[in-house]
Amino acid sequence: ELKQNVYSIKNVVLKDEEEFTDILEERRCTTDLGYALRTFNPQPYKGAPSSSTSDLKKAVLESQYLRYIIALETGSSVEKVRQEARGILEEMSHNLQLGFIRLMAYTVNKVFKRLFRSIYVNMEGLNMLQQAIQESPVILMPNHRSYVDFLIVSFILFTYDIPIPVIAAGIPLASMKVVGEILRRSGAFFIRRAIGSDKLYWAVLSEYVRTIVRTGCAPLEFYVEGFRSRTLKSVVPKLGMMDMVLEPYFKGEVFDITLVPISISYDRVVEESLLALELLGVPKPKESTTGLFKASRVLQEDYGCMHVNFGRPLSVRQLCEGKINRSEYNLIPRDLPQRPSTEIQDCVNWVAHLIVRTQEEGSLISPWSLMACLLLQAPITTLTEEGLQWHGLTEKTLWLRKLVLDFRGRLNWPDSDVMSSTVALHHSIVHHKAGRVCLVQDGDPASQDPLSPEEGVMRTAAAVLMLVSYRNQALHVFVRPGILATAIHITKSTQKDELFSFFCFLRDVFANEFIFIPGRASQDFDEACSLLQKCGAVHMSEQEVTVLETGLEVLSFLQKLLQPFLDSYQLIFRYLCENGAHVFTEKQFLPAVQNLATKLILSGDLHTFEVLSSDTQKNVLSALRRLEAVTKLRNEYKVNKAAVRRTGDILCKIICDIPVKIKLLFCVRLENFVLFFTLLSLK
Amino acid sequence: MCHTFPALTSDRSSRICSLLYKHGSSMASNSSGSDSSDRQRIAQQRLSVIAGHLQRPVEGNSGILAAECKAQGDKLDVSSERRTVPRRRQEIMKWNGWGYSDSKFLYNKKGQAEFTGKRYRLSGMIIPGLREWMESTFGANLQHKTPAAPILNSSAVQPPTLNEAFLKELKSTGIPFSHDAEDRVFRSHGHCLHEIFALREGKIGRVPDLVVWPNCHNDVVKIVELACKHNVCLMPYGGGTSVSSALECPPEETRSIVSLDTSQMNRILWIDEKNLTAHVEAGIVGQDLERLLNESGYCTGHEPDSMEFSSLGGWVATRASGMKKNIYGNIEDLVVHIKMVTPQGVIEKSCQGPRMSTGPDVHHFIMGSEGTLGVVTEVTMKIRPMPEYQKYGSVVFPNFEMGVACLREVARQRCAPASIRLMDNEQFKFGHALKPQVSSIFTSFLDGLKKFYITKFKGFDPNRLCVATLLFEGDREKVLQHEKQVYDIAAKFGGLAAGEDNGQRGYMLTFVIAYLRVVLGFKYTLVLDICRNVKARIVRECKDKGVQFPPLSTCRVTQTYDAGACVYFYFAFNYRGLSDPVHVYEQVEHAAREEILANGGSLSHHHGVGKLRKEWMRETISSVGMGMLRSVKDYVDPNNIFGNRNLL
Repeated sequence: ELKQNVYSIKNVVLKDEEEFTDILEERRCTTDLGYALRTFNPQPYKGAPSSSTSDLKKAVLESQYLRYIIALETGSSVEKVRQEARGILEEMSHNLQLGFIRLMAYTVNKVFKRLFRSIYVNMEGLNMLQQAIQESPVILMPNHRSYVDFLIVSFILFTYDIPIPVIAAGIPLASMKVVGEILRRSGAFFIRRAIGSDKLYWAVLSEYVRTIVRTGCAPLEFYVEGFRSRTLKSVVPKLGMMDMVLEPYFKGEVFDITLVPISISYDRVVEESLLALELLGVPKPKESTTGLFKASRVLQEDYGCMHVNFGRPLSVRQLCEGKINRSEYNLIPRDLPQRPSTEIQDCVNWVAHLIVRTQEEGSLISPWSLMACLLLQAPITTLTEEGLQWHGLTEKTLWLRKLVLDFRGRLNWPDSDVMSSTVALHHSIVHHKAGRVCLVQDGDPASQDPLSPEEGVMRTAAAVLMLVSYRNQALHVFVRPGILATAIHITKSTQKDELFSFFCFLRDVFANEFIFIPGRASQDFDEACSLLQKCGAVHMSEQEVTVLETGLEVLSFLQKLLQPFLDSYQLIFRYLCENGAHVFTEKQFLPAVQNLATKLILSGDLHTFEVLSSDTQKNVLSALRRLEAVTKLRNEYKVNKAAVRRTGDILCKIICDIPVKIKLLFCVRLENFVLFFTLLSLK
Repeated sequence: MCHTFPALTSDRSSRICSLLYKHGSSMASNSSGSDSSDRQRIAQQRLSVIAGHLQRPVEGNSGILAAECKAQGDKLDVSSERRTVPRRRQEIMKWNGWGYSDSKFLYNKKGQAEFTGKRYRLSGMIIPGLREWMESTFGANLQHKTPAAPILNSSAVQPPTLNEAFLKELKSTGIPFSHDAEDRVFRSHGHCLHEIFALREGKIGRVPDLVVWPNCHNDVVKIVELACKHNVCLMPYGGGTSVSSALECPPEETRSIVSLDTSQMNRILWIDEKNLTAHVEAGIVGQDLERLLNESGYCTGHEPDSMEFSSLGGWVATRASGMKKNIYGNIEDLVVHIKMVTPQGVIEKSCQGPRMSTGPDVHHFIMGSEGTLGVVTEVTMKIRPMPEYQKYGSVVFPNFEMGVACLREVARQRCAPASIRLMDNEQFKFGHALKPQVSSIFTSFLDGLKKFYITKFKGFDPNRLCVATLLFEGDREKVLQHEKQVYDIAAKFGGLAAGEDNGQRGYMLTFVIAYLRVVLGFKYTLVLDICRNVKARIVRECKDKGVQFPPLSTCRVTQTYDAGACVYFYFAFNYRGLSDPVHVYEQVEHAAREEILANGGSLSHHHGVGKLRKEWMRETISSVGMGMLRSVKDYVDPNNIFGNRNLL
């Protein structure tokens, strides 16, 4: 039986190999210098005039829009404001130069050859991109999981004669000595983090971005997630940049804009341990050139392979068809700032979510991610002490592999031996000895003073959170069926409409945790149903969803996969209702939750370490703000305890046996919950 | 044995066909006779310059009918007896296409394109570049053609639904009428692509049941009274040049439909030389009005591209615009007084003062009413002494953007010549393809030299450059001064003067590709974006709809205003391999119009709404605006006697 499994694996491998080409293979056969000095002759966007960076800056400064904004700034003279705007622009501007691209290519090539065994790129996607670039302005939208991927797209485009993009980067990178300047000349432009209400800065930035899009002078690359995901899970997209990028289309200044989602997946992420520590509250080291050199020891390590999957180019025109009415811009001169209608805002939000979902769908799931899912479902003491049986783990991983394929996930499963090699690759997290797999924990407790129990929890948490981040890479495949499985588990219902309402509720609560495209609740539900049906877990009829005997394994896996999120949310809800003050700041909130969680873990009342992650804690706050149970005033949060409690109560099934006729009521908004509870008490 | 030019009789590409046959017909004829009186010679010379060599046909048209209206016999009729439009139009005009029957494009024995007839400057000439242009632009060639139905098959026409009581009383008035199939079919359509295409395929839908030819205002009053009395649907018909489906009979109309052909109301009733106005019957067509006024030394200066066939009443009913509006104004600026017969009676103002402050101007209920309220019968128009001197000109710009910037500047300085138009690169190339065969080696050598100078010496990219055509008018000294001012502005935007001949050919092109157009008013800031987006949308839609060759998608800025401009879009595609080309065409046109509205363009600059653009009216003028128009219609015509269902 095992043999047959291996055979079917081989087939998939072949198929995947056809799609992706290892671009490092060729690099290893030629000299680095020869590569860096290769003839570079890209085909630009047809309408693009050949404009220099100084032309770009001039166009921005002289734009009617900026002139208008400058005239509005009061308090200082026009000349002074203009000077200020010029300063902002200087700080921001890229200075793309082919010479530096070559330098970058030379360096990056050397580093990548050291770090990675292979970098796989789908050639078909590159071909489509090459085509798209000639037709309309192109926006490259990669996900961001590691510092390493900052220049990967430029590197690939240089290799394949496609115009080099300008890249939106955070301002800290610019302040790195020498490196900042090299990045700037490789096409990076720098954006301040907290812009707040600085109108002039917004104006300069948005005009700069729009001018790049409008003229199509270079493809524009930016991270729609806003920053590097510390959890390796997709981040809910930020809309500011997306808005600026799409505006030229809304205002009819370009015929169309092409969005190219790019999914970058790693076997092993270079900064894995830093990320876990950062999530536990250890501050991340400041970006600096010396820090970069210190980090050079990472070059000694093996990071496996990297996959860069260029998605199908998406036409903004087609995406927005029927969603917006562009004529709303007709009655005000287009140069003047105009607050977009809610229709436009919703559309931008929708497009941004769609892109992140597409990135998720395009990313490759490694065997290691599947193993991480399974390892995390084992009791923590098993993991840290005697270890998990290797045989059982591999068998279950193969089972999970089949489930992923059923759920239409993209797998990166190079050969049958992959499981032991992947465990070897991740020797910093687990070690495999004598048929058992254990969690590796940093430091040697014997040599130092014995750790306090709290320190012990944090040490384990660091290891667990690393594992969690690799699990997160596979989460997007399981989320929708997982939420349905959770709904089935909690409501114990078989009624489709009831399950749907609970599905919507969970989807709404976890909308900061997972990516759900707005307005697609029923499609998500249908997708979840059909996937569960496909893998034989449930039987569907017009009105009912029946759990099948054969499906218990799948359902239990899925439900356990999401359990840490439910537990974490509930713990924080509980903290907010019982322990916390009515008004608090984030600085007070994070350590307090951590303390409470640590205590509960030690007492054995809490089984997840994920609540210790600042990311989870912040997500809960955002979710509650969205659900209007928490309000934010400047730096302070104000909590509506009753509302939080109600949400928590629904999550933990106090209200499982509710009459059908009221069930429809508890769909989404808290207002409804109030009504619902009223009805419940009447009963 | 000539091969028929595919665009004409064989319709390779629906658009090309439409474009080119319009071409043929709209260029008025070149004079062969200089035997006319001095005055007439000047008039002819002027007209030939203006409309790209328009003249009245010297051979004289058979079938011209003398106008007579007993009721107005005492009035002064200053017009001559020669008329362009007979009652039986089919005697001189194509029944299934634009213009005169004798003017068309053919491929001759050598396979070269040739234009037949004697009416136009291009007539009888060989156009060597056209075939290659057609083939390279559309992939259209001689092997693929679809013949049109040659003659009207009367049995395909539904028998008329006649209202006997109406007919009986009409007979007693003595007003001429007909229910002959040809007469009825001729008045059942305008010149939208789908209308002509259907005719060429011999498909005939709902047509009017009766055609009447009133001779004067009082005849119209009688007809309208009878129509009201017997509940008959009236549809006014002027020149029949509508491109908005305005003349299409509503298929849901069950009453008898009577087409009221105004062509016989074509006299200039008086000219007031002191106040510079002329009182004219509304059925007169543009070329007759101009010619007759010229005989007295005057002109209106109103020259829409359709002026050979379109009528004064039609201009008023659709809010028409003329090429030389910069000097003379659009129709709303030219009209002083209007008389219209409605079911509620006759509406007219009590005086002919140049301006009134008497509430909203009732003329604006009439202008643009598109035959939904009544029939315009007589109009007093401003007239001007004929200009002493005219001069064409042209400027080449390195690209369209520079050209638009120049037009903006010219408008800002308010020094626009009588006409200033900007063609994009595609149209510039089309214009070149229409150059007739040059007579001498020397001329072709000169042409080559000019091309070398512009592209090599000045570094203009032949695939990006564009041309503005200019027409100056006035007294000689002022024209020359004006010309210098405009060329100086153009030079600031990289423009090079490119000679009179190019300018003149540019205006000829107007007629050539006048068929399908989407005409709109825009703000200047939008012009560039709109031109790019709409052209791109047309190309993309054609591709999506399975059109095999890239379409011709081109535009032209034809009018400048203080606060905006008017842009024409043209598109043409080769429909080989498409099962329903007209449907594809309509989908593409619909998409283009949506794109225009989304980009801040107006629904129509001067073609009107008709039935073609009705669906966008509410979003264009708001619900309240629709209500206002609706309430006027409800008062003036409660029983929907004027039931062409345009506009609302």
